[in-house]
Amino acid sequence: MSMQETAYVRTEMLPEREPPSLNTGPIGWIRANLFPNWFSSLLTLASLFIIYKLLAAFIPWAFGGVWNASSLKECREILQGVDAACWAVIHERFWQLMYGFYPDNLYWRPNLALVMLIVALVPVLFEGAPRKLLAVTIATPFIGPWLLWGGTIWTPVAAALGFVVGYIVYKLIAGALSDLAGLVLGPLAAVLWWILLAGRFSDLMAGILPLGLQPVESRKFGGFMLAVTLGITGIAASFPLGIILALGRQSHLVIVKTLSVGFIEFIRGVPLITLLFVAQVMLAYFLPRGTQFDIILRVMIMITLFSAAYMAEVIRGGLAALPKGQYEAADALGLNYWQAQRLIIMPQALKIAIPGIVSTFIGLFKDTTLVSIIGLADPLGWVKLIQADAAWNGIVWELYGFVAFVFFIVCFSMSRYSMYLERKLETGHK
Amino acid sequence: MSEVEFDHHADRSRMKVSDEVAVEVINMNKWYGSFHVLRDINLTVNRGERIVICGPSGSGKSTLIRCMNRLEEHQEGKIIVDGIELTSDLKNIDKVRREVGMVFQHFNLFPHLTILENCTLAPIWVRKVPRREAEETAMHYLEKVKIPDQAHKYPGQLSGGQQQRVAIARSLCMKPRIMLFDEPTSALDPEMIKEVLDTMIELAEEGMTMLCVTHEMGFAKEVANRVIFMDAGQIVEQNEPEEFFSNPKSERTKLFLSQIL
Repeated sequence: MSMQETAYVRTEMLPEREPPSLNTGPIGWIRANLFPNWFSSLLTLASLFIIYKLLAAFIPWAFGGVWNASSLKECREILQGVDAACWAVIHERFWQLMYGFYPDNLYWRPNLALVMLIVALVPVLFEGAPRKLLAVTIATPFIGPWLLWGGTIWTPVAAALGFVVGYIVYKLIAGALSDLAGLVLGPLAAVLWWILLAGRFSDLMAGILPLGLQPVESRKFGGFMLAVTLGITGIAASFPLGIILALGRQSHLVIVKTLSVGFIEFIRGVPLITLLFVAQVMLAYFLPRGTQFDIILRVMIMITLFSAAYMAEVIRGGLAALPKGQYEAADALGLNYWQAQRLIIMPQALKIAIPGIVSTFIGLFKDTTLVSIIGLADPLGWVKLIQADAAWNGIVWELYGFVAFVFFIVCFSMSRYSMYLERKLETGHK
Repeated sequence: MSEVEFDHHADRSRMKVSDEVAVEVINMNKWYGSFHVLRDINLTVNRGERIVICGPSGSGKSTLIRCMNRLEEHQEGKIIVDGIELTSDLKNIDKVRREVGMVFQHFNLFPHLTILENCTLAPIWVRKVPRREAEETAMHYLEKVKIPDQAHKYPGQLSGGQQQRVAIARSLCMKPRIMLFDEPTSALDPEMIKEVLDTMIELAEEGMTMLCVTHEMGFAKEVANRVIFMDAGQIVEQNEPEEFFSNPKSERTKLFLSQIL
């Protein structure tokens, strides 16, 4: 059709066509992406050369290493001047890097706890998993610590009963007075139970029916077992706490809002290491004299509070990204505040916030290595302990490399999972 | 504004207005900060009435109907919906919202839920209807708005007109006694406006009490039994549609009609 003609009528509609295919197949891709012009070709060749050099140095070093030796000196004798890794240190000290001083005849307990944890995570992470596994998910926060620390079975039972007490008080108060009163008094009753009665209850029951595992003290915890214990509890506890803080920050109730903002800003303004020192030294001053308050528990609380503050801000970002119409539609349909949050707002806000949430989780897991500064023997703490041993004095790359490798696997898995989740939750709206 | 041609003309004989009062607004005033957005509003809506509210933007028409299910709070006067006065009492607000459906300009479907889930969510959680029954009701209303085959898609996969019809179905699933429409066709392409208005006409024929903020004067002529013109936060003129369009009394109304028709 020439543009001069004003009147034009199409007599038949055009059929759909395939897009033009100029650069298809691997060769097309290479040509388009690696060698489109002389400058890019030059960069490609230079990059290939650098990669070759790195691998040519790394692969013989890593794969030509020694696995069986009892000291660095012996390693060097076996290698006879060849520059290669002395993996023997990992081989020799593997169990300490994994479990610290945990008694070796009891390794089955952290192992079982880990298996339980993995089973518990399945229904949380994957939608298609059998719902019955949720029973494991509910039991793990109580049974897991019991397996690790041992002691009487009545301690986890007493801890679980705290939730039951809280729920019953909430139901009674919410029915008799108001929902808000229930939401305040229910948790309060649970906390009172844990502080005042739970200990007596478990002592009493242990006297009647002594069932239990051999106790293991916190100072024997170490290595990756410690890092995973701290990381998992931190993640599991800081996520709900972060949601509550984010909602608190948006609340119309002045006290709730002020407390949330104050908490978030205070925690974000203080380095984690400071909080860990507080946990190590200062907390004892605030607690009643003679209170036994486990160091690992103190550290867990600090790590949780720390990442909850960050989590709250990440989730607030997700909440801010939701159009106001979503709140209005939920209100107009008659959903109450908690229903609207649970069914409409949070599923969308959390989905938007997934990258930030997972970043916070990964950061938290890596931050667990800071506990080596306050004297807990996490993997990095063990690296220093092993280096201090005369047999392995002077070894650096192998130990740090191994620790880095394990951390990378865990963190990379989290990252991949978050990408999977984002794809799964994509429903084609923007 | 061009007027839409409707497939079938509304059967006004089926739209009956009863003596029973559905919504009563008495001396109502509302401010946004220091801005007086609604001034001395008095309005009584009987059951079965179809009221179209029009007016220039910023005249307070959306705010008025949003006060009727307490999406907006009023500071003075009374609003009584279905015999329940709207105050800060949350229980009353929830009761009113259960009986009042609302359709928004931007649909506000829940994008993370399928069409069917959008429709069953409130009946299941608010009315405590068993899931099976809620799904049957939802399919019934989706058929009524002529999109049952999209039930398992997500809102993002539907056209604007389809989304708005789902939004209407979602409201109807709560079996409301009053429906509020806040510019339901303003965000739609011309071809889609008609399908939404057709759905609304059918609803009117079934005797639903409707308050509709819209600029679709064709719809007003077809369905409304009263047209209200608002400007600067007050009701300037109200009348039966024929009289309102052919013989407007106030100068402000005349000016407005001359600009949009």
